[in-house]
Amino acid sequence: MAQIGSFVLLLALALSGYSFVFGAVALFRRDSLSAVITETARRAGIASFVAVLIAAAILVTAAFKNDFSIAYIYHHSNIDLPAPYKFATLWSGQEGSLLFWSLLLAGYGFVLRLRHKTDERLFAHASVIIAAVQVFFLLLLNFAARPFAVTQGELPLDGAGLNPLLQYPEMVIHPPMLYLGYVGFTVPFAFALGALIMKYPGDKWIHITRRWTMVTWGLLSCGIALGAHWAYYVLGWGGYWGWDPVEVASLLPWLTGTAFLHSVMMQEKRGMLKVWNIWLIFITFGLCIFGTFLTRSGVVNSVHAFAQSSIGDWFVAFLAIIAAVCIFFYIYNRSHLRTEHHLESLVSRESSFLFNNVLFLLICFVALWGTLFPVLSEWIQGHKITVGPPFFNSVTVPFALLLLLLTAVGPLLAWRKTSIGSLKRNFLWPTVGAIAVGVFLVATPPSWGSVFGMRPWTDVAYLYSLMAAMLAALVIFTVAAEFLRGGRVISGHTGRGLVPSMMLLGHRNTRRYGGYVVHIGMALIFIGVLGTPLNRTAEKEMGFGEKIDIGPYSLVSRSFTQDQTANYTSSIAILDVYRGGKLITTLYPESRFFTATQQPQHMPSVYSPLREDLYVVFEGQNQDTGRPIIKAHLNPLVSWLWIGVLVMLFGTALALFPNAPAPVRAVATAPVAAGFHAPTAPVGAD
Amino acid sequence: MRIFRQANRIRTLGVLLVGVLLLMGAGDSTSRVEKLGHQMMCVCSCSQILMECNHVGCTYSDTMRRELTAAVDAGKTDPQVLAIFVEKYGTTVLAAPTHSGFDRVAWLLPYIALVVGIGGVAFIVRAWHKRRVPATVAASSGLSAADLSRLREQARQETDL
Repeated sequence: MAQIGSFVLLLALALSGYSFVFGAVALFRRDSLSAVITETARRAGIASFVAVLIAAAILVTAAFKNDFSIAYIYHHSNIDLPAPYKFATLWSGQEGSLLFWSLLLAGYGFVLRLRHKTDERLFAHASVIIAAVQVFFLLLLNFAARPFAVTQGELPLDGAGLNPLLQYPEMVIHPPMLYLGYVGFTVPFAFALGALIMKYPGDKWIHITRRWTMVTWGLLSCGIALGAHWAYYVLGWGGYWGWDPVEVASLLPWLTGTAFLHSVMMQEKRGMLKVWNIWLIFITFGLCIFGTFLTRSGVVNSVHAFAQSSIGDWFVAFLAIIAAVCIFFYIYNRSHLRTEHHLESLVSRESSFLFNNVLFLLICFVALWGTLFPVLSEWIQGHKITVGPPFFNSVTVPFALLLLLLTAVGPLLAWRKTSIGSLKRNFLWPTVGAIAVGVFLVATPPSWGSVFGMRPWTDVAYLYSLMAAMLAALVIFTVAAEFLRGGRVISGHTGRGLVPSMMLLGHRNTRRYGGYVVHIGMALIFIGVLGTPLNRTAEKEMGFGEKIDIGPYSLVSRSFTQDQTANYTSSIAILDVYRGGKLITTLYPESRFFTATQQPQHMPSVYSPLREDLYVVFEGQNQDTGRPIIKAHLNPLVSWLWIGVLVMLFGTALALFPNAPAPVRAVATAPVAAGFHAPTAPVGAD
Repeated sequence: MRIFRQANRIRTLGVLLVGVLLLMGAGDSTSRVEKLGHQMMCVCSCSQILMECNHVGCTYSDTMRRELTAAVDAGKTDPQVLAIFVEKYGTTVLAAPTHSGFDRVAWLLPYIALVVGIGGVAFIVRAWHKRRVPATVAASSGLSAADLSRLREQARQETDL
């Protein structure tokens, strides 16, 4: 099996190499043969996908067949590993995950090459660029990180097992989502670079890649959120984001990708920021590769990075090549990227997009700066320092709040210039609402719950929380006001009810209103995060009938039990949860000990009403008394974070839907005044 | 004399205010332990905040937490407690760069970047605004400039992204 896998990977490399080299030659020849060569390169690219798919299938089959002659399977699986995790073995380790990267890239390339009729020349350029990236990853798989390397010495009877942290249902879907997002940015990068190389006229490449970019962005968002959810429900420390380099690595391209999704609208609408946009997508792709380098090279310490290895050098070389190619073609063809319009006012949609982009890039810079500062410090001062959550939180939170303010304000500003009257009309009531929310949170008694009775003057973290609550409310109110305004106009024209009118409004311009729904999702995410400074914890050794009081809850120890499966043994605490003297639920925090890896793992149990999470961890047993140690966290508003993610993904899906056909308009009988053209599209239409 | 009396009052008020603020900031020892514990990392290479390290069988976090509680109970100030830990466990025990020496660069650069970024955009917008050619509206439209502006804005509102 190992030999077949190795052979297929070599074949995939040869096919990708052919697709890249001959595809590039055909693009530059421009003679009668070039069309034929391009077609063979395209087919070789398609065949390379089949080869990589076969290689991945072989590795998964080897995991299911417990073929420990393959070193990768020995290190990341074992006989009693449940089937879904055996499937997940494919991306559980360095070599397998690189194969998975390659498979997804080949898959994207496959779809792109099948759709080449859309614009043959542009697609041929993009295909060559994707083939080049594929060649890099297949070189790695064939020579530096070989998934089919054979186990040395005597054939083991059982595998070393999968890391317990990865044995959780979300781990079966989190990495694929994240990788789909990471790898997916190769496609807009390929189109952008291709368009620059061929001096593609107009912005058609942006229209072609818009859906690719949005799908990729949505998948990356989903992957990051699943990672946070996994960290919350598996790592057992009561949080979901720790600014670990692996987390940062996934956030960096998301930030620049989000900036691109906003600024690209300026290019589509007004022919502006062409250079900026092309560099944003170059940087986004570069950050995807850089993130992969960061987590695989051992250059920074991380909780869940892959093992340290020499492949970091390969990535550095590849990043240097990407930078050189991008800079070369930019300098060579930059005249093609002249802007068609200039900004006219600071109070305009264009300016808000620009400021939004600056803030996204700033947060990206801070995340990268903080992650790499320990390396820089060691280089300059001779000793390493830690840059952990306190740094990231205190620096990024003010920037994120500014961004939230722009999220509220930006969409309601007009293109070119916004009048004072328009500002008043659009923002008066949402601002009053947001202030009312702030006053309410401060004025209410703390006894109402964790987030009430905020005292922003006692700690800057509370001040940030209050500001986040007010700004999130402002975002929600402005978007709601926008839906209401548009809905009323349609309702007035068609006689429909307000709610159907608002739905029609969203359907007529799915991109615009889908975007607004994404903004609401972001506001809800901020609401989920703003409770963090108000988190509380309590820890106690608990005998039968003993209780822990935390916030409004009392946890009473009812019993303890043990369980055993082929994969692990577990100790489980059974805790009754009371609120106001009334039993509301029972929680079962668990401590597992995995047989194959001989590693322990906590499995927290969480009660999640909308107001707060009661998060309970079985910490272990006191060595002297044998009594279980229970740690309880009270985390306000966390559920809103997950709700916000779902709303954001719904908004992304909505934005991908085609618009409803515009209604036929009656021709105006009155002459239109000279010099002014009446709007030709109905309310809500693009 | 009146001026002196007023100055005395202001001084007394100031001292009282500082005292109240100090008392507000002092906190009890448990909250100090919690706060300081969130400014330090567990050194078992788990890369977790000291108060959040939950490794089963971690050989460091319990000891470190006990040392932290003892130092706070012994009446050490926050900087003294942190200095004790740095001396014992090295600079990596602090969860964030200090505000001295080269470490200060870590804190300053993001804000410098913010000023440069926002200032840069504002500068570009102003520069472009100055050299723009104003759009002309046909004089024979029959509508006032205010009406045209209102209609144009309505058109934008209804048709733009």
